[in-house]
Amino acid sequence: MSAAQRGNSRQSILDRLLSKDITVPPLPQIDHDALVRFDDPLAKFGEMLALVGGDLHIVDSSVQVMSILGELAVFRDAARIASMVPEVVPGNFDAAAIDDPHDLAALDWTILRGEFAVAENGAIWVDGNSMPHRVLIFIAQYLAIVVSRNEILNNMHEAYARVGHPKPGFGIFVSGPSKTADIEQSLVLGAHGCRKLQVFVMA
Amino acid sequence: MSTPLPIIDHPIAAKNFVTNDQRSPWHDTALWFVRSKRDKQAASVPEWEYLRSLASQIKTHTIADLGRYLQEFERNATALGANVYYAADAAEHNQIVLEILRRHSTTRIIKSKSMLTEECGLNPFLEAAGIDVVDTDLGERIVQLRGESPSHIVLPAIHIKKEEVGETFHRHLGTQAGASDPAYLTEAARGHLRGKFLAGEVGITGVNFAIAETGGLVVCTNEGNADLGASLPRVHIACMGIEKLIPRFQDLAVFIRLLARSATGQPITSYTSHFHGPRDSASELHIVLVDNGRTRLRESPEFRAAMHCIRCGACMNTCPVFRRSGGHSYRATVPGPIGSILSPSQNPKGHKSLPYACSLCGSCTDVCPVRIPLHHQLLAMRGDLVSKGLLPLEKRLSMKAASFLFRHPTLFAIAGRIGRISLRVLPHWATHHRFNTWSIARELPQPPRQSFRQWYAINRSKMLPKASEKLS
Amino acid sequence: MNVGLFVPCYVDQFYPDVAIATLELLERLNVSVEYPDGQTCCGQPMANTGCNEDTAPVARRFVEIFADYDMIVCPSGSCTAMVKHHYAGYFADNDAKFAHVRDNTYELCEFLHDVLKIDSLDVRFPHRASIHQACHGLRELRLGASSESMQPREDKVRRILDLVRDLEIVPTTRIDECCGFGGTFAVNEPDVSAAMGRDRVADHLASSSEVIISADMSCLMHLQGLIRREKRPIEVMHVAQVLVGRKLK
Repeated sequence: MSAAQRGNSRQSILDRLLSKDITVPPLPQIDHDALVRFDDPLAKFGEMLALVGGDLHIVDSSVQVMSILGELAVFRDAARIASMVPEVVPGNFDAAAIDDPHDLAALDWTILRGEFAVAENGAIWVDGNSMPHRVLIFIAQYLAIVVSRNEILNNMHEAYARVGHPKPGFGIFVSGPSKTADIEQSLVLGAHGCRKLQVFVMA
Repeated sequence: MSTPLPIIDHPIAAKNFVTNDQRSPWHDTALWFVRSKRDKQAASVPEWEYLRSLASQIKTHTIADLGRYLQEFERNATALGANVYYAADAAEHNQIVLEILRRHSTTRIIKSKSMLTEECGLNPFLEAAGIDVVDTDLGERIVQLRGESPSHIVLPAIHIKKEEVGETFHRHLGTQAGASDPAYLTEAARGHLRGKFLAGEVGITGVNFAIAETGGLVVCTNEGNADLGASLPRVHIACMGIEKLIPRFQDLAVFIRLLARSATGQPITSYTSHFHGPRDSASELHIVLVDNGRTRLRESPEFRAAMHCIRCGACMNTCPVFRRSGGHSYRATVPGPIGSILSPSQNPKGHKSLPYACSLCGSCTDVCPVRIPLHHQLLAMRGDLVSKGLLPLEKRLSMKAASFLFRHPTLFAIAGRIGRISLRVLPHWATHHRFNTWSIARELPQPPRQSFRQWYAINRSKMLPKASEKLS
Repeated sequence: MNVGLFVPCYVDQFYPDVAIATLELLERLNVSVEYPDGQTCCGQPMANTGCNEDTAPVARRFVEIFADYDMIVCPSGSCTAMVKHHYAGYFADNDAKFAHVRDNTYELCEFLHDVLKIDSLDVRFPHRASIHQACHGLRELRLGASSESMQPREDKVRRILDLVRDLEIVPTTRIDECCGFGGTFAVNEPDVSAAMGRDRVADHLASSSEVIISADMSCLMHLQGLIRREKRPIEVMHVAQVLVGRKLK
């Protein structure tokens, strides 16, 4: 099939859509008073994060973060840690020095900054521009995300309003570790992405 | 390579599965468990029904104005550096993908779940062209290794037992013989697919939502396979039906809140990825917009709302027929209630039995997160098939006879009387046999001596003038 | 108020006592009720097969027969839903007779609950029973809240049954799953239909119920067919029979 024919498909699809006039009802405006809010968004976030298989730690300092991570054998034994928040967790692997994301295959941990968290579903928004390779989120065996305690939103409507108009690039809601239930509906954590997710909510 | 199962009528295609008294109840229980999780999540959102209404309104608006939104999307996606293609049908979609792959001299593809590529038969097409396609979703990988097709749009391997997965993995991945522990098998698949991810040269993904206002794409997964597939290779091809469009970035809130809760009873998928343009200047993002019958479906006032579908699979999980007969019994890419509308609207003759594989219980309509009136559409589709002359002759005639009888009350009363007397006097074997489908598994009702109308004539003197006489 | 009794065709022929019980109940409640002669069927079997041309004359005939009544009452949610929700295509938009019939046709429990608003019944049924929520009553007429929907609704069948003395209602696990009757579905898909029905019977049996009560006799005809074939220790009764104090067999 030639490119010219293909141009025809574009035209014929659009022509057909634009020529068959269908009454267009207005887009609804969302009534924000009708949306769920929580008395204690952080508590709800913790409840939902637990449901989706993540571990919540409410902390005051990076010292505390390091001590919690230090209790995890998989962190103590980790050879390669890439940190996007070195002021909280110092990494030992400079992902920015890597050109080809495939070279991150042996990464043990990625420490990410979360822009904000969502109470209703335990999700955390991570901006792809905060890291040199977006695959860092998925390729590491273990993931930790640090998010500010002042940034716990109620619901997804607040979340998308907070993102505003997305910048070019990549953004993601991460909710718990990678998981699957494709074998007889048995939930298994650690499908292709991280095996566990640690979330640090910092004062 | 999977070979599509031949299209045969649903009751015949379902027979083996539904009469298997181990597998059918097991399958039913597994999906009911998912439906129950969905109920819990839906109940946890006080404004659930409001969200469903919002989603329905947004979709109704978007599909009505789809031409304009597609142009807006194309403009914005192109401005972000993506390449946008339009495919009129499955063949053109496959050709577009193949040309991109050829341009990159690629033979190793890592693919994440996309019902659109299933609909287009992309895998067999590419494999025939000598390209190695690896499905990376665990369920899809299982069915791919077994040479099957997915039986459910969200849970592709829901029909397969863990022991069978164990056998498949033993053969293909070298896991221990007899092993069936899901955690062990998942770990084996993780290792196996890690290798495939690292070797893959192009990532193909589906699309859950495309945003006209921003030119962005959203892909939702739990495993992180789409994300790895779109973040390791330099080339990302995203394939989508044109109905995936939504107008505004903010509208995502409504749909993301509904999607995973409806699909699997999770509050949200593990990963909800938003792609706006290619990864960097050295990477490529190709977006293939596919029609394949959608513009035609849009023109049908009766069935247009089927385009609102966000492919959550909730109608399958709740459907009492699907749960007992299994997804393969539908012989369609999208099975279950929504598939029983989409498939016959594409190929009425081939899929004519599907709208009848439904007791019209209406559970799908109430579970649907975008309020598609599924059971009303299934009923309407039956009318559509009859008007196309696709109802078998014996059924057409029996309905004509019934209609005649119901218009002639005296005849109806006589026929009823004869029927009841025969049922009373004939021996059981003469009324209960394999040619009387009702009686294969069930007893016929025990016929009373008197019908209600006979009783009424005797016991209530105050009879009206005969309406039947007035009418004749 | 003059009420026309709408008796489904299969009830007329196979379950006359359901219609008699409905009539007796309405008479006891001082409703002026008649059974208009000449009625046969609402046309649902043809409509559900998609044979709209064959349905149309049956539907028009139905409206002619019932148009002169103030209200129409039917001991079946499914047949009521046919008239109220699926007749429109057979009539002109401005057909006043049809509009009157559509707006004034009630399923029995709905009539008792919404129109008569009864709050007591002098009747006793000393048994443990379970309710089969028939789909069309539930999801078309909205006689109660379906388990899928998060919109709260009053369960009208249950409210009415709660007026019966000594009746203990036990819950099933799947509170409103389809029994698999589905009209012509029962013969088009005999295997799936029977599997669905068996599962419902098993669920009711597991609840230790003695009798399955439903507002739709068609579902019960199907379940009874399976119960009798497989000799299961449970009975079926239409809600009208319970409400007039019929004895459990």
